[in-house]
Amino acid sequence: MTTSNESTPTPAFDSSGGSVRTWLTFTALTFALGGLLYPTVTTLIGGALFPAQANGSLIVQNGKVVGSALIGQTFSAERYFIGRPSAAGSGYDPRAASGSNLAGSNPALRKRVQADSAAIAGREGVQAPQIPADLVTASGSGLDPHISPQGAAIQVERVAKARNLSAEQVRSAVSAATESGLGQPRVNVLELNLALDAAKP
Amino acid sequence: MTIFLTYATVLLLAWPLGLYIARFMRGEGTFSDVLNPVERSFYRLLGVRFNADGSAQGMTWQGYAKALLFSNLFVGLIALLIFAFQGTLPLNPDKVANMPWWLSLNTAASFITNTNWQNYSGQSQLSYLSQMVGITALQVMTPAAGMAVMFALLRGLMGGQAGRDGQPQAGNLGNYWVDVTRLSTRLLVPVAFVVALLLTWQGVPSTFSSAKTANLVEAQTITVDKEATTVSTQTIPVGPVAALVAIKQIGTNGGGWYGPNSATPLENPTPLSNLIQCISIILIPVALIFALGAFLRRPRFGVMIMGIMSVMSAALTFAAVMAERASNPALAGLAAAGGNLEGKEVRFGSDATALWAALTTGTSNGSVNGMHDSFSALGGVTAQISMFLNDIYGGVGVGFINMFVFVVLTVFIAGLMVGRTPELFGRKIEVREMKIASIVILLQPLLILGLTAFSLATPSLTANLNPGFHGLSEVLYAFNSMYANNGSAFAGLGTGSSVWYNVAGACELILARYLPIIGPLAIAGLLSVKKVSPETSGTLRVDTPVFATTLLTVMLLLQLLNFAPALVLGGVSEHLVGSVKPVTTPAATRPAQTRPTPPQLVLNGASK
Repeated sequence: MTTSNESTPTPAFDSSGGSVRTWLTFTALTFALGGLLYPTVTTLIGGALFPAQANGSLIVQNGKVVGSALIGQTFSAERYFIGRPSAAGSGYDPRAASGSNLAGSNPALRKRVQADSAAIAGREGVQAPQIPADLVTASGSGLDPHISPQGAAIQVERVAKARNLSAEQVRSAVSAATESGLGQPRVNVLELNLALDAAKP
Repeated sequence: MTIFLTYATVLLLAWPLGLYIARFMRGEGTFSDVLNPVERSFYRLLGVRFNADGSAQGMTWQGYAKALLFSNLFVGLIALLIFAFQGTLPLNPDKVANMPWWLSLNTAASFITNTNWQNYSGQSQLSYLSQMVGITALQVMTPAAGMAVMFALLRGLMGGQAGRDGQPQAGNLGNYWVDVTRLSTRLLVPVAFVVALLLTWQGVPSTFSSAKTANLVEAQTITVDKEATTVSTQTIPVGPVAALVAIKQIGTNGGGWYGPNSATPLENPTPLSNLIQCISIILIPVALIFALGAFLRRPRFGVMIMGIMSVMSAALTFAAVMAERASNPALAGLAAAGGNLEGKEVRFGSDATALWAALTTGTSNGSVNGMHDSFSALGGVTAQISMFLNDIYGGVGVGFINMFVFVVLTVFIAGLMVGRTPELFGRKIEVREMKIASIVILLQPLLILGLTAFSLATPSLTANLNPGFHGLSEVLYAFNSMYANNGSAFAGLGTGSSVWYNVAGACELILARYLPIIGPLAIAGLLSVKKVSPETSGTLRVDTPVFATTLLTVMLLLQLLNFAPALVLGGVSEHLVGSVKPVTTPAATRPAQTRPTPPQLVLNGASK
């Protein structure tokens, strides 16, 4: 047992915070362990356990990559379901992923929504109040692969007509592509269009 | 529903985690002692000196501060060089170019300060080497540094680090190298590893291969400058993303791999990955408050701090959710009513995005899963309030440090009000401590309002995307976020290519990180060598509801009143103008919008 500490003078504590050698060693350790070891080990193990997800959840058809299940694409033809407006480059360009960053008070947003709303109303033959908000708003990433089930529902008639399918057949394809559970119910536009192409080109 | 699930899971996980942190930081045995040999080899490399009894040599507050500052300086400088020369360095499969000096400076300053403000777009402006070694390494080190300082401060409040005999050694705040090492090896890296694997499972890329190319299902003809070109492929950037995203959330860093951060489907693919990331944002900040009570052996004090933070968190989450449930005014009459979805992803919807916004701005994390610039006016105001307070759980370690300054101030004010000597845990708070606390408190309005005013008064520098009141909010948000070391942004502001925002931002980031850390550390150092007066019935107690209410009032009054005029000129006015507007008036003819808008929309600014 040591003797009582009440009267012992304070032991010598370090007031220098180390030397240049310490700081450089710490820097080297930080980069080696945090920058190389941690991400390398994590990336390799993650890639080995979940190879499909680790490589971008790619959809391959006949040996060709046709997209990623996580990323939307631009569609404009009558026979396709159409996704949300995109502010990512020329549309759904992952290298230029971006939201519009337009504020609700910005006249530019109002103008864009007016144009989109009119185009959708004309294309689908619906009234403005029937158009769900997701179809006239740009997503945060500009890559959103989903639309709301209501957003798909108003497109069913047009797609069915263009493909010579019954509305019922298209509707069942929509419900097959609808994800629910945790989060908002949503329809993956790319997967839906691919499923329709596979069923009836 | 998701909101309760998030809070409940966090509380359940954070409690045992906090007790575990307190144990290993006190040097008591835990299962993680298997790492002892590894850590000892680091200490040998670092040249840590040990006392005869086997404990590491303690540091005074000056020594602790110098160890932090100088090691950060060197790490920051090397990171800056990596960004500036990434084009010629290895691990660059997509041939990314060097960063200009001002962007390298801002990026290095931003990551060394745990801010992760991003004036670049990661998937196209950073090489894999920069992302891993430059970004990820700093995302591991800086939260450990922040937490280390918190424990040094707590030791000061207890009269110094306890020796082997259990007696506090006045002036000894602990050993910085030991603290940082333990917090990294025993907490940050293992937790981040688990989170990274969960995220990979959900679809976050985890590979060293270069970007993938997809053949579009329907080729598109686009017209750029009247020239029609056909786009038939889509480039899908991948990389070692999951490891970065995990530590970005666990360490309240916030800087993402992709420009739009966790709004990007590759960075946050599913509602489940969103829940995992939401939990990760506040897991350690909350755990540290549990750790604080246990470490100090003053659980009531811990409960008081936790109570204040939780009340503020719940109130601001509620406000943000309500604000984002309202329809976007630009859609009035043009689409069905519903939550504000501009800048938000369908898979999350407005509630989960508003919850995320409240958590990320309260904790100095700054990652986003939707674009804050397109939030409703009041949604933007709640995010700004969270950042002004900056201690709603707060950044790892620094959250309590920020609140500590106000604890000191409140003790002083309350002491004067009731006519007692202001004391914190039996140690007198005197002129020197109050001077330091006042400087730290005054720095915030000085920097944020000063830089905002200057940027607005010089139109060639302003670079706002949105006109009117919102343009003011964009600039205020930028300097607020950088001061809070947060990193979220009203990303329409064209900061990416602006030398002004890059350089002024770098200066603000550094001042706002280190002064508010060093000041409280100094106070703790000064307090630790003071004589303890025994607690009597006349002592002002700091763990009572009365003190909690006083503390909350002082914080709200001092911090929010400073910024109330700026908030009223920005978001509040925007909201009021929007709500009196008749829905039939086309927005384009409104008279208030005469501010010149700069020409380009800066795409790469999205993530900040």
